[in-house]
Amino acid sequence: MHSFYEQIEAYEGFDFARFLEGVSLRQVDGVLNKDYLSPHDFLALLSPAAAERLEAMAQKAHRLTRQHFGRVIQLYTPIYLANYCVNRCVYCNFNHRNDIERRQLTTAEIEGEAEAIAATGLRQILLLTGEKPGKDALDYLINAVEIVRNHFTAVGIEVNPMDVAAYCRLAEAGVDSLTIYHETYDRAVYDRLHPAGPKKDYRWRLDAPERGCQAGFRAVNIGALLGLNHWPSEAFFTGLHASYLQNKYLGAEIGIAVPRIKAGPGAYQPESPVFDQDLVQILLAFRLFMPRAGISLSTREPAELRDHLLPLGITRMSAGSVTAVGGHIDENADDGQFRVSDERSVDAVREMLIAKGYQPVHQDWHRLA
Amino acid sequence: MDRLVIGGRELKSRLFIGSGKFADESIIGDIVAQTGVEIVTVALRRVSLSGDGDNILRCIPKECVLLPNTSGARTAEEAIRIARLARAAGCGDWVKIEVISDNKYLLPDNNETIKATRVLAEEGFVVLPYMHPDLYAAKELERAGAAAVMPLGAPIGTNRGLKTKEIVRILIEECRVPVIVDAGIGKPSEAAEAMEMGAAACLVNTAIATAGNPLVMARAFSQAVEAGRLAYLAQPGETTEYARASSPLTGFLRS
Repeated sequence: MHSFYEQIEAYEGFDFARFLEGVSLRQVDGVLNKDYLSPHDFLALLSPAAAERLEAMAQKAHRLTRQHFGRVIQLYTPIYLANYCVNRCVYCNFNHRNDIERRQLTTAEIEGEAEAIAATGLRQILLLTGEKPGKDALDYLINAVEIVRNHFTAVGIEVNPMDVAAYCRLAEAGVDSLTIYHETYDRAVYDRLHPAGPKKDYRWRLDAPERGCQAGFRAVNIGALLGLNHWPSEAFFTGLHASYLQNKYLGAEIGIAVPRIKAGPGAYQPESPVFDQDLVQILLAFRLFMPRAGISLSTREPAELRDHLLPLGITRMSAGSVTAVGGHIDENADDGQFRVSDERSVDAVREMLIAKGYQPVHQDWHRLA
Repeated sequence: MDRLVIGGRELKSRLFIGSGKFADESIIGDIVAQTGVEIVTVALRRVSLSGDGDNILRCIPKECVLLPNTSGARTAEEAIRIARLARAAGCGDWVKIEVISDNKYLLPDNNETIKATRVLAEEGFVVLPYMHPDLYAAKELERAGAAAVMPLGAPIGTNRGLKTKEIVRILIEECRVPVIVDAGIGKPSEAAEAMEMGAAACLVNTAIATAGNPLVMARAFSQAVEAGRLAYLAQPGETTEYARASSPLTGFLRS
């Protein structure tokens, strides 16, 4: 198998609706009694029948998470470095055609953002940009990595897909983890939602996590942007993708995220809404399929819901997030990528975790270089 | 007299604990106070070397041996660098080698572990390597200078118990260094079973840290380890296929 793309192709013509409707309660109960799940077991957990077994799934997911990860939650936060973007993703506020104020942080501003975040106690950071092709963009990112490395013990990036050589340069500069969402695994929907720009290349983006593994990033996180398409198949391919990477690149820690799309520019509304109960089912199915995978929960979700989702398999949470470029040092910054729903401070999230019997972990890695 | 000496230090408690999964690390002090545990492992990757923020090292009582582990290392080279970093940071000379490049099952890589052990033992570290139970690897670790060997009972964090019992038994019989069962032990009875077999000690993290009451579970493990050791020293009577009645019904035939 040379690429996950070949696994997707193998499901060409697979009738998801028929499979999901055909799953019985007895079949779900059988899956719940297994230690290791096949892809079809995993898909059965995304069925309407499994929705009737959410509590049993939750109990098992909770048990597995506690067993493998203990009572600890990793905390991190993003820095939005730039919102220039050549893509026209119809759901994203950074869409090239959107009339928003564009900016890119200067070296001094990156330093300022890093200092402001480090003062909250966080030691794990995620750098984000829009897509801006060219060597300058890579050099800019590498410079940013070198600056933030002085303040954080783990540095992740969530940027446009790159080739292995570029990822290697970033790893050398101090990047530990790569986060890249495939948005939607459905090729037709993907094509429609990405009308122009380099992001239109489905295969280039799909293989980016694998290139990240090849470049030696310690952790690679993937996910689908839930709401863009029929969620059971999106969740299924996300899980399959994560499993493919984990089996092929044993040295990489493969993580999954469950971002839900929010209403965007031009009154964009999710075409396939994912309700809270669906999100819970997705989370639980991921945990049962991949007991050792990290699962991240972002501040896209409201505080109360995040608190309830916490024991269902979550291992990482963002806190104190600001999605505007320079938002940590510039009170007037606006036009973030999306509106944060959980606006609690890092301290408040930390207190919530402690109150719920979890240990907030700020550092889980040392750079050895 | 039954003594466990590792790295020149005599240890009274044969229960070692891990610190990675507690809701509140400050409970480690209470566990040490109530059980007499003397060895606490700490993942160096979680230690703030700049000394700021919450620091787990503050939760480890001074009377304990701090056993930094190389969790996160995927190669011998990374493990060696982490061990040196730990020593430079004042964490002492003891180190638990963990080299894991399999993130699916978290199984240790014996080859890389042997390489790291050889280098670090030569540098004067008290090296306790976490290993996949294998006689050849255990003997090689001995030759490399390991102060003990730490075979897994079951994959880390699984609480599945002493699944590797038969091989661990062979290691206990054949190794000249202490054999400490590490990983997989889920219940005090399983720790007792390992100790009855002759294991020198048990290292437990998940089963204590994720218990409903970690402090009480730590006490249960401490007592189970002690009971298992006593049973080993007492030399259990042999087991037989057939019942041996105290008053045999056919005894008259011999008289």
